[in-house]
Amino acid sequence: MAVGKEILTKIRSVQNTQKITRAMQMVATSKMRKTQERMRAARPYAEKMRTVMAHLAQANADLEHPLLARRDVIKRAGIILLTSDKGLCGGLNVNTLKRFFAKVKELQDANVEVDVCCLGQKGLAACQRARLNVVASAVHLGDTPRMEALIGPLTVLMKQYADGELDAVYIVYSSFVNTMKQEPVLEQLLPLTPEHMVVEHSHSWDYVYEPGPLSVMEFLVKRYVESVVYQALAENMASEQAARMVAMKAATDNAGNAIKRLRLVYNKSRQAAITTELSEIVAGAAAV
Amino acid sequence: MALMHVEVVSTEQQIYSGEASFLVAPAEEGEIGVYPRHVPLLTRIKPGVLRLQVPGQQGEVLVAVSGGMMEVQPTHITVLADTAIRGEDLDEARANEAKRAAENALKHASDDLSTAKAHAALAVAIAELKALDYLRKRVD
Repeated sequence: MAVGKEILTKIRSVQNTQKITRAMQMVATSKMRKTQERMRAARPYAEKMRTVMAHLAQANADLEHPLLARRDVIKRAGIILLTSDKGLCGGLNVNTLKRFFAKVKELQDANVEVDVCCLGQKGLAACQRARLNVVASAVHLGDTPRMEALIGPLTVLMKQYADGELDAVYIVYSSFVNTMKQEPVLEQLLPLTPEHMVVEHSHSWDYVYEPGPLSVMEFLVKRYVESVVYQALAENMASEQAARMVAMKAATDNAGNAIKRLRLVYNKSRQAAITTELSEIVAGAAAV
Repeated sequence: MALMHVEVVSTEQQIYSGEASFLVAPAEEGEIGVYPRHVPLLTRIKPGVLRLQVPGQQGEVLVAVSGGMMEVQPTHITVLADTAIRGEDLDEARANEAKRAAENALKHASDDLSTAKAHAALAVAIAELKALDYLRKRVD
């Protein structure tokens, strides 16, 4: 019976797609748990770093360092853009990029030139399409955030900032609120703003610095920026897996619905064919 | 006996947390020993081993660190350990690598092509499913 052939083929193809999406959903679920753990594991360092920076700010408020200097006029800004390497994670990258391009436009309207540092394939591709100036990039970051992968791109930006080529550095990433919700976030990395360093109490004292205040300061600011970006990357990865899990679940459900509907059409048409055939036979018999 | 709280953290995990009565650290200007109520000190440390005397425990507790920063306060010590192996030249090399990656990104598009194609095909299939679902809802 030729009538349902195409429908059967279609059903099979949808079933294959469903298999893939279901597998991806399950992989994302297990990866999400791991990425969330890593995100939590990165927290103590960030907290301690913030405490030390706060101590430093209250100990030594007037220390001058190029990485801390505030610029009055912003001519050129750097943006670190964190996206996923792979797609199929719902609106995650789209939302991050929307936030990113809004900032780029805002800066360009204010006659500020923009340098971009892309971490993740999707952002890199988008920046290339938009013909933005990409100064550094790292892709194929995998599912485990690694400090080693970040050092290179960050050194490029921090060097440019210290040399006065950049007057501000921002970071855009997708923060992990919960499994169902991820939000694009834009933060200012450099210069460090006062809320980065909360002064607790006010009696005056100072550290003994080894080897010297400036070099210690530089070291700390560098590590601080790195830890913020590391944390952002860990969050971005958790967001990616969560978003993918939700997107793939929706796709699997849709495929299930589509199969149900196609089955119905197939059964109906088969029934119609049988009925037609029967009535033809009956009509033929009656005519004899 | 006076004690101080010692915490060793790296970006990837908490390495050590506990009380100690004495600590030896490989500071950049040479090894330093720290007793409780030390003067506030910020120092860079070299890759090496932290040695801690923990009350109620025989011998020393050893914690390996790959360099980083140590903050000494009278009653607590924080070690911000590096995860990656660092060095001025190494960081420079990594920076150049990142720059090159950005420059080459346009050219090396081809090696990701097959994966990208498969992904695109799957994305189309999923979009079709979504459209089907949408149509079905309108019909019903």
